[in-house]
Amino acid sequence: MTLRTIRELLAEHPLFARFDGATLDELAGCARTEQFDSGALVLREGETADKVFLLRAGDVAVEMATPGQPPMIMETLHPGDLLGVSWLVAPYRHMADARALSNVRALSLDAACLREKCDAIPAVGYAFFRAWAPHVAQRMRAQRMRLLDLYGSGG
Amino acid sequence: MDFATDSAVTIDGPQQVVRLLREDGWRVIAAVERDGALVTREIASADALPRGRVDELGPGHCRLVDGPPGRWFDHVIGPGGWKEWLFPPREKLWSAQREGQAVTFDDAPQPWPKTAFFGVRPCDLAAIARQDRVFSTGPGDPAYAHRRAAVLIVAVNCARAAPTCFCASMGTGPRAEQGFDLALSELDGRFVVETGSTAGAALAARLDAIPATEDDLAAAAAMSRRTAETQTRHMPAGIAGTLRSAPEHPAWDDVAARCLACANCTLACPTCFCSDVEDVTDLTGDHAERWRHWDSCFSPEFSLVGGGAVRASTRARYRQWMTHKLSSWHDQFGESGCVGCGRCIAWCPVGIDITQEARALSTEETPA
Amino acid sequence: MDGAAPMLPVRCRVASAQAEGADVATLTLEPVAGALSGGAPGQFNMLYAFGIGEAAISLSGHDEAGRPMHTIRAVGATTRALTAMEAGAELGLRGPFGTGWPVADQAGRHLLAVAGGLGLAPLRPAILAAAAQPGAVSVVHGARSPDTLLYAGELSAWAAEGTPVYLTVDHAAPGWTGRVGTVIGCLPPALAGHDPAAVSAFLCGPEVMMRATAQALSDAGVPPDRIWLSMERNMKCGIGLCGHCQYGPDFICRDGPVLRYDRIAARLTLREI
Repeated sequence: MTLRTIRELLAEHPLFARFDGATLDELAGCARTEQFDSGALVLREGETADKVFLLRAGDVAVEMATPGQPPMIMETLHPGDLLGVSWLVAPYRHMADARALSNVRALSLDAACLREKCDAIPAVGYAFFRAWAPHVAQRMRAQRMRLLDLYGSGG
Repeated sequence: MDFATDSAVTIDGPQQVVRLLREDGWRVIAAVERDGALVTREIASADALPRGRVDELGPGHCRLVDGPPGRWFDHVIGPGGWKEWLFPPREKLWSAQREGQAVTFDDAPQPWPKTAFFGVRPCDLAAIARQDRVFSTGPGDPAYAHRRAAVLIVAVNCARAAPTCFCASMGTGPRAEQGFDLALSELDGRFVVETGSTAGAALAARLDAIPATEDDLAAAAAMSRRTAETQTRHMPAGIAGTLRSAPEHPAWDDVAARCLACANCTLACPTCFCSDVEDVTDLTGDHAERWRHWDSCFSPEFSLVGGGAVRASTRARYRQWMTHKLSSWHDQFGESGCVGCGRCIAWCPVGIDITQEARALSTEETPA
Repeated sequence: MDGAAPMLPVRCRVASAQAEGADVATLTLEPVAGALSGGAPGQFNMLYAFGIGEAAISLSGHDEAGRPMHTIRAVGATTRALTAMEAGAELGLRGPFGTGWPVADQAGRHLLAVAGGLGLAPLRPAILAAAAQPGAVSVVHGARSPDTLLYAGELSAWAAEGTPVYLTVDHAAPGWTGRVGTVIGCLPPALAGHDPAAVSAFLCGPEVMMRATAQALSDAGVPPDRIWLSMERNMKCGIGLCGHCQYGPDFICRDGPVLRYDRIAARLTLREI
């Protein structure tokens, strides 16, 4: 796969669609394509968060395991979503497991490369965060709503 | 009103009106003095009326004292009124019987003799009209309609306003314009009797009376004007719109700090219509009844939903009561739910004054 | 509603009782004598359990014989008694009361039904009515966990017949391959391929869920006057006389339960109203 194709794939992702060409060029330099079979572990809690994934196809479950109980799926992510938060938060370790619920195609951005670009070219960093922060905020709102346990015991 | 003035008469006292009603088989209900307050009870004659007594009313204050001797109606209103007759505080809606799986219902209406309300003040006349509208909206309340259809009203125009009265600013008094069969105005030593219905006119025709003169009618009108002029409280204009846009006004916190959420205002209010039902069974468990009783938006259970009470704070409950009374009532029934009788002021244990709160809510919001 | 005796229940019998999960049951009712008024999708009845009390229960549809169905969750004494009823048991019914979903007014528009928890029950008859037109309706249903999704069999059947169905749960164990998240997360895929200006939405569920969903739909371009919510307050008399269900100027039992978003949007963010 060529660099140019990856750049196109990046541009197709809803979070990156509105970036200008120069920013996309910079970000594409950190990107590669990824594939996971259904059931495969995409991220493992505690391991180094060296990538952030842009989901293109397939679904991913973010799971946490508790001793003596089956792991619980905390949220699911879908095409257009961004998988991975810890790549930006020192000491860059994954906070949960993530597992492919179906065959997954994604782009990954190398965390060190991305952090470097953001440091070096603040405009790129700002553009990236403008896309990333709303996505994180939406997911935080969903977690807050679920804390209310709206559907009670039976609904 | 042409109809009223054409047939108006003067009489020397109310005794013969009560006598005539009783002769015609009416149960006559009037305000009488009991335990230091005016309450509505059946009377056998005008002797039971609190002649010569007046009520001193103020915020959180009511005393019955001697007034001008011989005057029949210089007192104003007691805590209760006509609501408890047309909309009883506790009323059986139906009973049910269970035999095996079978459940049958019976809503035989409670007996209600034809009843004359004697001495209804204009504010209370307006209150009855408010409740008439509430209980006839949609499918309505058949039991209320059944009672209301057999009620005759003898109104009394007020010769004296209490400090708690503000009917003039609500457009409901102190002179009755409609909704009565007969209306009495007590002048010096005589009464002007106006008629407001064919039943009232038929009664008036049988009174030992002389036709009212232009001067009599002018004197009655002057009396009402004077009463209006002596009212010291009034509701600010435009309060319905003010409250619609003031749900977060700091004045709500202020009144909530004083309000005990005791529900006295809603019980004394002649238009408050909220009720709850209670399902009861006998010891065998096979006979059940449903009773309706007055409820109040100040009770914590009033707004229960699955998770708890929607209006948990006193602030929210007072806001609900006042906003409903003065604002949303317009949206619901096309008029104000307040008739300016002032009962909520007099019977509030901490003397909260709805007109004062309305004024506070009408001022620009400033940080508390 | 029969105007003669709005306070008096009609004697009914449970024709069939169907368990829908641990504490949820659907009762199909028939009058012991005479006939019941029909009832439109979104309206509710007051069901009386002998000697215990009454509860407001939305119509969840009518069976082939036209008999009203009510899906009830046991949360209090009355609903516990109702959900424990078996075929042949008798109860009282008053209704139907309130406003319904404006199903017939959505011709030419795509209908999005968003149900949280038991909120799918009042939406079910509206979905069935709209689904008569192929492709006219999409369904989003959120529940606490996969085993508490309501009408699971029927949801699969709708999906099989071509109605887009988006399911999401608050949490799940591995094995669940559907979504974990809120109904709001289902809105982008549910709206995809539709002009949001030509979408109408019916929402039913906890008020917080409806408030957030209505806001999200409105942000996505669905007109606020094309979004309806089924509101809940303390319904007692059913006819606007007892005052309990007041929501600002509206009596939820009479002016609701189905109310248009633009009418109530300001009230939705007001506490303790």
